[in-house]
Amino acid sequence: MEVGQMQRRLVDYTKTLFMEGFLDAQFLQLQQLQDENNPDFVVEVVSLFFDDSEKLLNNLSMALDQPNVDFKKVDAHVHQLKGSSSSIGAQRVKNACIAFRNFCEEQNIDATLRCLQQVKHEYYLVKNKLETLLRLEQQIVAAGGSIPMIDMGF
Amino acid sequence: MAAQGRHGGRKSNKMTALVVDDNIVNRAIHLRLLDNLSIENEAVGNGKEAVDIHCSGKTFDLILMDMDMPIMNGIEATRKLREMGIRSMIAGVSTRSMEQDVREFIEAGLDDYQEKPLTMSKLISIIHKINGNG
Repeated sequence: MEVGQMQRRLVDYTKTLFMEGFLDAQFLQLQQLQDENNPDFVVEVVSLFFDDSEKLLNNLSMALDQPNVDFKKVDAHVHQLKGSSSSIGAQRVKNACIAFRNFCEEQNIDATLRCLQQVKHEYYLVKNKLETLLRLEQQIVAAGGSIPMIDMGF
Repeated sequence: MAAQGRHGGRKSNKMTALVVDDNIVNRAIHLRLLDNLSIENEAVGNGKEAVDIHCSGKTFDLILMDMDMPIMNGIEATRKLREMGIRSMIAGVSTRSMEQDVREFIEAGLDDYQEKPLTMSKLISIIHKINGNG
């Protein structure tokens, strides 16, 4: 596939992620922070997000598996995950965390277990999408092209 | 807002900033935003570390202070730094939007408050306040 085609494919794929709500304008902010001096910034931050999120999801699973659930601890983990997802523009994960926190406040064990499943679902979806997006970018760069900036009209 | 004023006393002309945030993703992004503005920067993971770094003698023109952190939160850290006589620009950066929460943070001694996620335009707005006070 030639570079122009790859670039168009990337633009279309990225726009789809925005339209489907997986990403929001904050992701564009990250891309704007990447330049020739920091060509891997987005990959680095997204990798941090993946590592941090998986650690937090493990912590959440363990915290909700206790006989006496410490909802303060659960809320602290969700707060962290909400912060990370918001900072990289993972909108659906962020929104799932907001709902999760509301049920933590109610100390509703059944609802929080459902929320955990929902957050995990949204996280693994966006992880898959971001990995695809970053792979497309890598292919463009490897072929000698540049990553197009996407104007979403924000 | 309480405690207006800038810290001076550094030898180089480059602005300096301290990022205080327990979230590794936020720290990476905030540091990159500061790098892009050629602002020398360091990061710590909670309010106690922010206080400790000042006790070691370091000072900064700007402190980007998160609110919810373990060990010592941003409200306590801000209050403590002001009690220590630190006059740096302290900008609270948090996801909190409830007026009462933000008011308590501001009253602890902030010069500015921005809701997360921090963007370049929000950071520039904070920097303008420093320059406006200089």
